[in-house]
Amino acid sequence: MTAAIGADRQRGVRASVRRIRALIMRHAFLLVKSWPRLVSMAYYPTVTMVLWAFVTLYLAPTNRLLADAPGLFIGAVLLWDVLFRGQLGVSLTFIEEMYSRNLGNLFVSPLRLYELIIGQLTMSVMRTLIGVGGACFFAWLLFRYSIFSMGLPLIAFFACLLAFGWAIGLAVSAMILRYGLGAEELAWAAIFLVAPVSGVYYPIAVLPPALQSISHALPPAHVFEGMRAVLLQKTFRYDLLENALLLDAIYVAIGCTLFALAVQSARRRGALLQMGE
Amino acid sequence: MRNLRKCYAKVEALRSVSFDVRAGTTTALLGGNGAGKTTTLSMLLGVLLPTSGSIHVLGCDMLRDRYRVLPRMNFTSPYVDLPKRLTVRENLRVFADLYGVAKPRARIDELAMQFDLGGLVKRPYGQLSAGQRTRVSLAKALLNQPDVLLLDEPTASLDPDVGDRMRTYLEDYQRASGCTLLLASHNMHEVERMCDDVIMLRAGVVVDHGSPRQLIDRYGRDTMEEVFLDIARGVPDESGEASPERMLT
Repeated sequence: MTAAIGADRQRGVRASVRRIRALIMRHAFLLVKSWPRLVSMAYYPTVTMVLWAFVTLYLAPTNRLLADAPGLFIGAVLLWDVLFRGQLGVSLTFIEEMYSRNLGNLFVSPLRLYELIIGQLTMSVMRTLIGVGGACFFAWLLFRYSIFSMGLPLIAFFACLLAFGWAIGLAVSAMILRYGLGAEELAWAAIFLVAPVSGVYYPIAVLPPALQSISHALPPAHVFEGMRAVLLQKTFRYDLLENALLLDAIYVAIGCTLFALAVQSARRRGALLQMGE
Repeated sequence: MRNLRKCYAKVEALRSVSFDVRAGTTTALLGGNGAGKTTTLSMLLGVLLPTSGSIHVLGCDMLRDRYRVLPRMNFTSPYVDLPKRLTVRENLRVFADLYGVAKPRARIDELAMQFDLGGLVKRPYGQLSAGQRTRVSLAKALLNQPDVLLLDEPTASLDPDVGDRMRTYLEDYQRASGCTLLLASHNMHEVERMCDDVIMLRAGVVVDHGSPRQLIDRYGRDTMEEVFLDIARGVPDESGEASPERMLT
């Protein structure tokens, strides 16, 4: 019997892509056969979208801002869910491996850490598109609001929020790896810590000066300011995009570093083979 | 492995363990609960970092360059599982791709036949019995036709018939491939039958080693089961030494 593994099949970009694809396939198998999972991904974004759509319908006749830009709240809630789903996509993909006690198998396989991270990020994109995509569809179906009316800036907003979601998701995964599944609640709650200072539904200017400083250090604040500029002033603020991209790069680097440190710590503590429910 | 130590806070799980495993042989790592078997296997796989010492597998330094050798290794352990909602075939497909198996479908079919998984490949892994899961885990461990195979309690949950067939398969595979097998087991019959060498651990120290026959003779016993009990309980061998700490080289 000869080894089925040629050295060339284990090195280089193609091998790396194959391993990432395997990881994505593992989670895709899980998603496609579970309609409750698919429904639950779109459920929360859709319900919150409906809620804010009715608030808009209620306030629009007496509110000039909403009369001028009826998509102000609906667009905001849909973009907020890009951030939330983006973070959950990373964290839940990792938690899934812990629940199934599969981490040991992955870490003794040739899968590199960066490939594991890329796999998680790709799953995050898929989960976000399914979750927010469903809500976008219902926004159009029920309220005739199309998020695509924002035009090309939507792509920039989506990318910036998703990247910040990745950063938080990786940091949460690091915490879960360090403190076990007892820290799982963080996956659901962590993002809401930044919600009040992200200016999702109101301008950063309404915050107290101290909180404004924190806001300016967070990419979502720049994205939502940019969204309001598009919807209310019909201008695209490149300066805000630059700020958001720069901050995203810093936060994603921090998230990756925290995750790598948590894996190294788990290797020292012997947690990789024994983690589970 | 050379001078391997592993400390968890104030607990010293392994104390200067050194041993070589001859290529192409089957070696058993024996010891009571907490002796350091799983710790040793975990370090060989690179998922646990030693406090000090060095590990070389197939000529590669596992602490610096483990990705060069991981594609040529595989393992099974009761401490890990496969995703339960995925079918057996889906699980094997994922790991075939992770290990870079050239023709995954053909390899999975081959293993399904050898491990009698034909009727199970479309069933979710989580719906299988413990014995069936063990067979799937073994199939996963052999997907990449490894040169080094680490098995932690490989047949623990199998009935005698299936256990025997699995041992036969592993023996055949080892003979045909020249694979190096290191197994941690509490099944002394299995050890006597399969292993060329035995390394005995107690409280994180290698206390004896040799072939099963040598150990049986040295302790004046009839079976490895009796030798195991003697060593685990510190009973002297025929020379009068109580489980001497013999370093393997």
